[in-house]
Amino acid sequence: MHTKTISQLSAVLRSGEVSSVELTSLFLDRIKQHNLALNCFISITEAQALEAAAAADQRLKAGNAAPLTGVPIAHKDIFCTEGVKTTCGSKMLDNFIAPYESTCTAKFRDAGAVMLGKTNMDEFAMGSSNETSYFGAVKNPWDQGRVPGGSSGGSVSAVAARLAPAATGTDTGGSIRQPAALCGLTGLKPTYGRVSRFGMIAFASSLDQAGPVTYSAEDAALMMNVMAGFDERDSTSVAREVPDYSANLENGIEGLKIGLPKEYFGEGLDGNIARVIDAAIKEYEALGAVVKEISLPNTGLAVPTYYVVAPAECSTNLSRFDGVRFGHRCDDPQDLFDLYTRSRGEGFGLEVKRRIMIGTYVLSAGYYDAYYLKAQKIRRLISDDFRAAFEKVDVIMGPTTPSTAFKLGEKADDPVTMYLSDIYTIAVNMAGLPAASIPAGFVDGLPVGLQVIGNYFDESRLLNVAHKYQQATDWHLQVPKEFQ
Amino acid sequence: MSVDRSDITKVARLARLKIDEADVPQYVDNLSNILGLVEQMSAVNTDDVVPMAHPLDAAQRLRADEVSDTNQRDKFQALAPQVESGLYLVPKVIE
Amino acid sequence: MEWEIVIGLEIHAQLATKSKIFSGASTAYGAEPNTQACAIDLGMPGVLPVLNKEAVRMAAKFGLAVGAKVSNRSLFERKNYFYPDLPKGYQISQFELPIVEGGQLEIQVEGEDARVIAITRAHLEEDAGKSLHEDFQGSTGVDLNRAGTPLLEIVSEPDLRSAKEAVAYMKKIHSLVQYLEICDGNMQEGSFRCDANVSIRPMGQEKLGTRSEIKNLNSFRFVERAINFEVERQIDVIEGGGKVVQETRLYDSDKDETRSMRSKEEAFDYRYFPDPDLLPIELDEAYIEAVRITLPELPDEKKARFMAELGLAEYEAGVLTASRELADYFEEAAKIAGGDAKRTANWVMGDLLGALNKAGKGIADSPVSAALLGGMLQRINDNTISGKIAKQVFECMWNGEGDADSVIKAKGLKQVTDSGAIEIIIDEIIANNPGQVEQYRSGKDKLFGFFVGQVMKASQGKANPAQVNELLKQKLA
Repeated sequence: MHTKTISQLSAVLRSGEVSSVELTSLFLDRIKQHNLALNCFISITEAQALEAAAAADQRLKAGNAAPLTGVPIAHKDIFCTEGVKTTCGSKMLDNFIAPYESTCTAKFRDAGAVMLGKTNMDEFAMGSSNETSYFGAVKNPWDQGRVPGGSSGGSVSAVAARLAPAATGTDTGGSIRQPAALCGLTGLKPTYGRVSRFGMIAFASSLDQAGPVTYSAEDAALMMNVMAGFDERDSTSVAREVPDYSANLENGIEGLKIGLPKEYFGEGLDGNIARVIDAAIKEYEALGAVVKEISLPNTGLAVPTYYVVAPAECSTNLSRFDGVRFGHRCDDPQDLFDLYTRSRGEGFGLEVKRRIMIGTYVLSAGYYDAYYLKAQKIRRLISDDFRAAFEKVDVIMGPTTPSTAFKLGEKADDPVTMYLSDIYTIAVNMAGLPAASIPAGFVDGLPVGLQVIGNYFDESRLLNVAHKYQQATDWHLQVPKEFQ
Repeated sequence: MSVDRSDITKVARLARLKIDEADVPQYVDNLSNILGLVEQMSAVNTDDVVPMAHPLDAAQRLRADEVSDTNQRDKFQALAPQVESGLYLVPKVIE
Repeated sequence: MEWEIVIGLEIHAQLATKSKIFSGASTAYGAEPNTQACAIDLGMPGVLPVLNKEAVRMAAKFGLAVGAKVSNRSLFERKNYFYPDLPKGYQISQFELPIVEGGQLEIQVEGEDARVIAITRAHLEEDAGKSLHEDFQGSTGVDLNRAGTPLLEIVSEPDLRSAKEAVAYMKKIHSLVQYLEICDGNMQEGSFRCDANVSIRPMGQEKLGTRSEIKNLNSFRFVERAINFEVERQIDVIEGGGKVVQETRLYDSDKDETRSMRSKEEAFDYRYFPDPDLLPIELDEAYIEAVRITLPELPDEKKARFMAELGLAEYEAGVLTASRELADYFEEAAKIAGGDAKRTANWVMGDLLGALNKAGKGIADSPVSAALLGGMLQRINDNTISGKIAKQVFECMWNGEGDADSVIKAKGLKQVTDSGAIEIIIDEIIANNPGQVEQYRSGKDKLFGFFVGQVMKASQGKANPAQVNELLKQKLA
């Protein structure tokens, strides 16, 4: 039962084969059994989950259930959940019981999905390995000596280990796609503005976007049908009709034009990964797609530009954590300055402090034009590269990551090397485009992800393209041995 | 572009972060490396490029002027480290 | 050395919206601390700002009223600094592209020529909360009810040359924002306040001197006194061989002096950058035109009309248009009164404002409404009462004894215009004062006033003065 997709679980729940309470208990038991090893949950909300499951069972009985009613899922601990501790992976918010619900989680709640708990993450979503969490590193279920990726590492690890059939994540520079690739899951970062950011603790406001982590594209479509949509409480939310993401999954992809950016296959890409990606592309050709080499000339600038834009935004987004109204406050502050500096110095971890300092530096007097303004201009160039490419092709494909999951601690002391592990995912956030990572094979027993980038608001096509591949392959159905 | 100790101290102060003296060399090192990475931007000519602040070329939406929030002071202040008579307390501020 | 004073004002007008600029919390003044501070105003994690439509409309209205350019595209930026009354650690403000650019205003200091003062810009921003320094065991208390209240910051060019000009300019803006109904103008409650940038330079020098910024002046009197103090201080500093330092100063109204704010431990580095939670405000020409047609008649236009159509002198028109409420009062009273508008103007500016001033009341709280005053003036115009009797009627109306007609009736104040009745009184006075009659007839013209006074006294002021004059002349001839 625990390896079923949410599409299957939805059917099983409707048939009455199992109740939501039974299903929820099953996953809660699995979480209790494995969380000590994997550390993928910060909070397990057992009581609320069982209560929600009972309500879902009523709804299922009454015949007014939505597709996800009764289906247990996990939420990244970046989403505020009313009455439930919301830490964002930080000591700063270790005591923060959110007084309101994020739009995204509220939509799942209203759809009858059952929240199992809040998943571990890099502190304030700043990280690519989940090692920056105040609550400890998360392990990759495929090899527990390795990282699951980040920042949505807890969500991805939990789903990969079948402790939850699906989860929410957020993606600022690859934080859904990179861990999904490293753990063999389907992860989707929607178009910027497609999913509300209200109640989602901000890292970099112009880049952050929530999305689903699932086994299959079919499941991702079900999740998107709940998450996506306009929210009047988010000024950057887009008032645009939400399609039924499940409707086009089965469309044929004959004649689909796939662009392969030569910059994604050059230096720095692990040869074994390149072979896996090549095989995936062959599979698409077999399905009738047409492949075309393209160029995204400013690809190399994405990481440098990102490390100006994201820290700049985060440095001011995180100013509200000052020990005055909520969150960590230092003991016995001597004066106001002491209150601020110690509360923040103690409440934030190393990587967060690093990024706040970078952001403060690049925005400070005398550097703004050289860094921030320059980065905004290059952001335009990166975005224009994609615009030009989408005039020629329908989707862009390439590797999600340059290597498979690395060992815990391997890159922790070298921020720049760590940052470069997001080299293929970051440009997408700069442009605001939707992109998915789908399982495409293994190298030495570790999963490899294929990244599929779509045009603005073209999530339906992305899911269709991913689904057709998943009908022809079974990479996405592989389960780490210990968790089968 | 590399930074030195005084840059770190200055930035930490501006950002209100207490940094242990012993950690300063590490920050000097890290920030210099990151700025070294960022430096790659300077190779590109961006003279006629319009800065892009946001992925979407959209305009700000306006909300109707209505009072929609009611008093939730008790709920919010339950999260606060120190309150008295409905006020948030901080160490004495001298102007 | 002769010094020239250079002043620029940054006026902060709280916009009269019902809800905050970026949240749905109420802006009403005087609530219990922190009961009107919602999650957005408190800068809680994950919450986001959404812009209030009215705040934008009001800013545009102001721009059009001062002949400024209302920007088709403007931006919100974050101004970053840490302070307890600033919950997010940044203020959402406008920096590079403000909503209003340019504009001007004519001011007049009594006894001087009118001057045009240029407005640099006006931009939207959010107000901060309040720090309360009363002692809470050595702590400061923070009330965030005011946090997020929409402000329009109106920045003038350094065109003002005296404290009096600064006050005249501030009064003019104060009147204007109330005319436009975009700010209640309540200075006690902090709805309208300003910072003054003050510097001096040798007369004739072009280069500006180093300025100091005096923060948070919330009365016209304080603006004048603080600037005057600051100018004297700067002159003393320079003439004593020192240099003025650029700094922020506070005006202490108890001591009537400005003092340096605790020296900032670092130069301000606000790290402005576009707020990524908000998109550009785009206003098209159709929107701007739609706002333009809602503009009321502005003070200067009204003043010109009062002079041209109602025949008022410039001074009278100026006083009566200083506030929209007063102008409306005057116009309504004058309309009801009919006849010469000057009479209404005199009554409003004299008796009414005098009485209000004495009672410490504003025009809005006047016990004598425009309708009451107009009704009374009508009775002067139709000769029912004399101007002198009217003063008595006015006092009765002020005391709540009803309208002019009922007061006149109740007190029997109707003017006597029956010449027969007046003649009887005159005959009696002539008979009782043979000596004075004798003197008058032998050339002592001055005594005429004596007879008028006697007649008025005997008639208790009700005899029509013109008739009395006429008849006395005949009878004493």
